[in-house]
Amino acid sequence: MLRKITDFLLGLGIPRLIIIAFLVILFIIAFATGLAIPPLIGDSLRRIGMAGLFGLAMIPTVRAGIGLNFGLPLGILTGLLGALISMQLDYKGFHGFFMAILFAIPISIVTGIGYAKLLSKVRGQEMMVGTYIGFSSVAFMNIWWLLLPFTHPEMIWAIGGSGLRSQLSLRNHTSQVLNDFLKFEIGGMVVPTGLLLFFAFFCVLMYFFFRTKVGLAIDATGQNENYAIASGVNTKRMRTISVVLSNMLAAIGIIAYAQSYGFLQLYSGPMLMAFPAVAAVLIGGASLTRATVTHVIVGTVLFQTLLTTSLPVTSQLIKGDVTEVARMIVSNGMIVYALTRRSGKGGK
Amino acid sequence: MAQYVLEMDHISKSYYGVPVLKDVTIKITPGEIHAIAGENGAGKSTLMNILFGMPVIFDTGGFDGETRIDGNQVKITSPQKAMGLGIGMVHQEFMLLPGFSITENIKLNREITKRNPVSMVFGKSLESLDFGKMNSDARKAVNQLGMSLDETRLVSGLPVGHMQFVEIAREIDKGDIKLLVFDEPTAVLTESEAQMLLKAMKDLTAKGISFLFITHRLDEIMQVADHVTILRDGGMVDQRPKVQITIEEIAAEMVGRKLETSEILKRDHLYDEKDIVLDIRNLKVEMPGEEVRDVSLEVQRGEVLGIGGLAGGGKIGIANGVMGLFPTSGRVMLENKPIELNEPMDPLSKGIAFVSEDRRGTGLLLEQSIEMNITTPTIQVHNRFLKKNFLTPWLHLYDVVSIREHSLKYIKELDIRCTGPQQMARRLSGGNQQKVCLARAFSLEPKILFVSEPTRGIDVGAKKIVLDILVELNRNHGVTVIMTSSELGELRKICDRIAIVSEGYLAGILAPDAPDVDYGLMMAGQKTEVV
Repeated sequence: MLRKITDFLLGLGIPRLIIIAFLVILFIIAFATGLAIPPLIGDSLRRIGMAGLFGLAMIPTVRAGIGLNFGLPLGILTGLLGALISMQLDYKGFHGFFMAILFAIPISIVTGIGYAKLLSKVRGQEMMVGTYIGFSSVAFMNIWWLLLPFTHPEMIWAIGGSGLRSQLSLRNHTSQVLNDFLKFEIGGMVVPTGLLLFFAFFCVLMYFFFRTKVGLAIDATGQNENYAIASGVNTKRMRTISVVLSNMLAAIGIIAYAQSYGFLQLYSGPMLMAFPAVAAVLIGGASLTRATVTHVIVGTVLFQTLLTTSLPVTSQLIKGDVTEVARMIVSNGMIVYALTRRSGKGGK
Repeated sequence: MAQYVLEMDHISKSYYGVPVLKDVTIKITPGEIHAIAGENGAGKSTLMNILFGMPVIFDTGGFDGETRIDGNQVKITSPQKAMGLGIGMVHQEFMLLPGFSITENIKLNREITKRNPVSMVFGKSLESLDFGKMNSDARKAVNQLGMSLDETRLVSGLPVGHMQFVEIAREIDKGDIKLLVFDEPTAVLTESEAQMLLKAMKDLTAKGISFLFITHRLDEIMQVADHVTILRDGGMVDQRPKVQITIEEIAAEMVGRKLETSEILKRDHLYDEKDIVLDIRNLKVEMPGEEVRDVSLEVQRGEVLGIGGLAGGGKIGIANGVMGLFPTSGRVMLENKPIELNEPMDPLSKGIAFVSEDRRGTGLLLEQSIEMNITTPTIQVHNRFLKKNFLTPWLHLYDVVSIREHSLKYIKELDIRCTGPQQMARRLSGGNQQKVCLARAFSLEPKILFVSEPTRGIDVGAKKIVLDILVELNRNHGVTVIMTSSELGELRKICDRIAIVSEGYLAGILAPDAPDVDYGLMMAGQKTEVV
């Protein structure tokens, strides 16, 4: 029995054990200092649902052998565009939410194909190049946020009358539509059922996708390109599909994120959004060559819970905010840890 | 002075219990050219690795026997030590820096320096290079080879033949060199360059330098060697002064009669020799190291066709070219309909399957289960093992149940030793991995099966099973098998006809019971004819 427990714990891997231990300590301190635990958990659930899709977006590219999609901001920008169009046309509630996704998908497919073309020219350096694609597309869109012909008064700067604001409130449009769907409350813990179901739906979809012919071909491409070619797989096409999928998930992800957050953040808002997502899947046990839905779920739960609980708990103990510091250490430390492990040779 | 410059006495070596060298003795007098002939895998390179103290020898448990230089016993434990003892090596692959001049390449790490004010303060490592002296040394070494090259030219612009000479010049320039090992030095040279090299060798022997000369070109042996040693399967078959041996004898002894008497499955009906199932015309394949220059081959329906030849001769390239894995030109007709080249899906979907020589590189998904390894190509090519569902037609889920059934059937039929169909392919032994590769190809239900090096790196028992499986497939299922192998013995055992490929061209097609001499000569490119 003891043996089974230790085996299970070791199977989780050291990084996860450390974070779980840290989380347990946080909750003990929270309890000891008299913080209300249920709202903390409710908040964590909300954060998990918000970030989940960004984690899932990492799966296709990792499994196609491209590595983690550091170009996530590109997909996020296409999602923002979709949301903006939906808002401009004044669609509200669920209608507005799904219209935003509908507008975002074609844009994310087109940009995804271009992104995949570029990545195919820099084989072996995809993650480095992806990072800069993400950064430069954010910079590029900074110009266009000012120039695009949006006219809805809730979107443009009040003074001057042109150019999009840096933060757009969704209060009158799609704010909280998913979160409030089937929402319930137990002892102060608010469960955003709709948001979690939305995340779960994509998890299931992703799981089944990798059990289809195309999913299998992507897997083969990532694991052994020669094998895939010799099995009649068009590996270039598979890599393109995986990048497009990832881009699309990022787009849908930001729309779900924004409705929960209540705001659309433009300009440099999407700039650094790839890093927490990357860190989360790595914490979940993914490597540069292997990522599963389980990794994403475990990683997102651990990482987001850590972020949400550490703020109130530490401010309870220390006057001052150390969350931002903790977040930086955990997420960037995790990325460095994963990148220094021997990549390609079938990580854990 | 001792009688022999080098004695390698009763050398034996085995890798993981498999003997690769058995009691080989070689003695070389000063100024002698000693040729070593043998097929691939005969043990030539192992012998050289021992002479040079390569780490691979010591990592695998050392060797038996002793080496003597000038009569003194030595233990050569590293290549540096070998060089210190006056043994030089000219490599098959060039060890040159392309961006450096000829002089710099020759003098690298043995530069001639002169003092300057900075070095007087900071020490010897900052002395400046004496290019005048270095250039004249380099010119002297190059001239000794009968070449006239500008020693200040960059190596990158030289023709390959000349690069070879630079390598040799570097060894000569070391001055204290006693013995030079040439490992197929003429492989990349043109006819006239090769002649020049042979002449230079002769000239150098006059200075007392000995040569250990490894080559596949038997006429070169006859031209320059003093002694010939013939290796086969790690054993020393023959060792004679050249004057007492003929080229035909060398060829025959290299190949040897390896035909085992063990029975193979007999055909119950003959196939039609006129029925050409696959017609390969003017095939050119750009496969690095196994380039096919121009091969035309007709494959008869129902036969087992062997493709043999020396490593690097291009035999491996043929199957890879037809399957579209390397850039290919030419024309391939399956049952009088052209196959699209450079498009792996086309031959696969038309019923041609391939078991790659690169088992771990191309043959397997090492991190995947046995069952997925076996069925993935079939799913991709024939859309089998998919079940209908609510998703769009191209997104059918794969059917775990039928995949399991299918894999279990093959695990049983081919006797794949594993813990179950879900075991990872990496954890299997070489022989069992090969069986998974075969199952993978059989699942495609091919009309024609290309098999490359099916028995490479697997133990004797598994070898027999793999060959039996291939014969069974041919006899009972009517599959035309085209087997490429470096082991002539196994080709002659199971094939109906054997095509010998040499230097990218088809040298000829032989019957399995053709004399050894013919095989030896054709493989060495000495003879071309179609039987």
